Amino acid sequence: MGLDFTVIPQYLDIILWGSVWTILITLGAAAVSFIGGMFLAVIALYAPLFVRLPFRAFAFLFMGTPLLLQLFLIYFGLVQVGIDVPAIMAGIIGLGLHFAVYNSELFQTGILAVDKGQIEAARTLGLSRMQALRKVVVPQAIRDVIPPIGNNMIALLKDSALVSVIGVSELTLSAQRAIGSTYRPFEFYVLVAVIYYIINIFMEAAQRRVERRVQASR
Amino acid sequence: MNHEGDHMTDQKPFVDIRHAQKSYGVLEVLKDINLQVQKGQIVAIIGPSGSGKSTLLRAINDLDPLTGGEIWLEDKQINMKLPHRQYEKHINLVRQEIGMVFQHFNLFPHLTVRGNVTLAPKMLKGLSEADANKLAEEQLDKVGMLERIDYYPSQLSGGQKQRVAIARALAMNPKVMLFDEATSALDPELVEEVNLVMKKLAEEHMTMIIVTHEMSFAESVCDRVLFMDQGVVVEEGPPEVMFRNPTSDRTKEFLRKHLAAQHP
Repeated sequence: MGLDFTVIPQYLDIILWGSVWTILITLGAAAVSFIGGMFLAVIALYAPLFVRLPFRAFAFLFMGTPLLLQLFLIYFGLVQVGIDVPAIMAGIIGLGLHFAVYNSELFQTGILAVDKGQIEAARTLGLSRMQALRKVVVPQAIRDVIPPIGNNMIALLKDSALVSVIGVSELTLSAQRAIGSTYRPFEFYVLVAVIYYIINIFMEAAQRRVERRVQASR
Repeated sequence: MNHEGDHMTDQKPFVDIRHAQKSYGVLEVLKDINLQVQKGQIVAIIGPSGSGKSTLLRAINDLDPLTGGEIWLEDKQINMKLPHRQYEKHINLVRQEIGMVFQHFNLFPHLTVRGNVTLAPKMLKGLSEADANKLAEEQLDKVGMLERIDYYPSQLSGGQKQRVAIARALAMNPKVMLFDEATSALDPELVEEVNLVMKKLAEEHMTMIIVTHEMSFAESVCDRVLFMDQGVVVEEGPPEVMFRNPTSDRTKEFLRKHLAAQHP
């Protein structure tokens, strides 16, 4: 049985919608992972112990268990305790929190790497600790960890395929549906791989643009 | 302590350091230091590295808190005992009145020159964007850096960075300026432009406390010079006496070595 790529056009709309969902999930989860990661980093570095400990337990939970399991837990598990999370939200929250924990590690390193003289200069002007952190330290930490955060975001894009298991019609599940009616796995998986790759290229380009923009501010 | 007796009698000191003491564990780096600075006075602190001069300066705005003694600015005690939260509020307000310039500039690299100068006035004094810009332009003009207002620190020379750092401190309209070896990290040919700015401030009667290795600058600008060694003030007096006719052997020794190093 040879390959036949001519089946693709009639399923293109399913695949394109899948792409849209994948992009939306990735962007949403990236935002959650970015803001959540910074929040976790600041707590890990500056909060008192009784606040820090529960968050550290949370971080261990997310780092030490499979993402797939976390998605199942959020989507299927929470319903039992009365929290009904729509699949798309469960996907964004699960992916986002999972990568927030990884981003938090990077942000912590970034914050600690900012020269001590920066805080001193800010405090000397009269800024409080939090103000100095917000306006002086964190912006520099973010700037310095853009490359590794970008790598995490690309990993996030690829892991967004896992959201298919809770029934979100993103790219991978769309492909499976098309394959279900055409029995053409090779054609559709190749197509979807190419689409992931294209999204990837755009993300890398965006990352490079951001890096260039902050170049002067080093 | 006894100095400038005529000043002391008719005016109470603007900056008043009383029995300042600081130790790290068993190591005592400041031993019962007393220093009174009048409004508009310029005091230089000289001494070998490790003498405690920077520690003393950094104690004035509580970057390195004292372990004993008191520091007063006008009629306010800077290092007063307060519960943590209240103390933070108090010290943040006090620090707005004390400008500080560092050896390594410590400009904020992620902000432009304008951003560096306007950050604190906008955040702490609630200045509008327009007012803060006007203030930045005034202060940068004063230090000769107005045309670089939209540059980033990384695009400036060391001397230019330090002048921006001075403008940033001045933008908070401080009552006193602290200079912690402001020219020590500069290439020799860039020292003069910073010294000129400091001289200009002196002419405007800014109260200044300067930790420096630049003896000729200290001599030409300062009203009074303190020589510190091993955590104590060994000798102090007007610059013409301190540099030409010091009484302490340690001062003589330090100046001899220092001049030898500067003019081999």
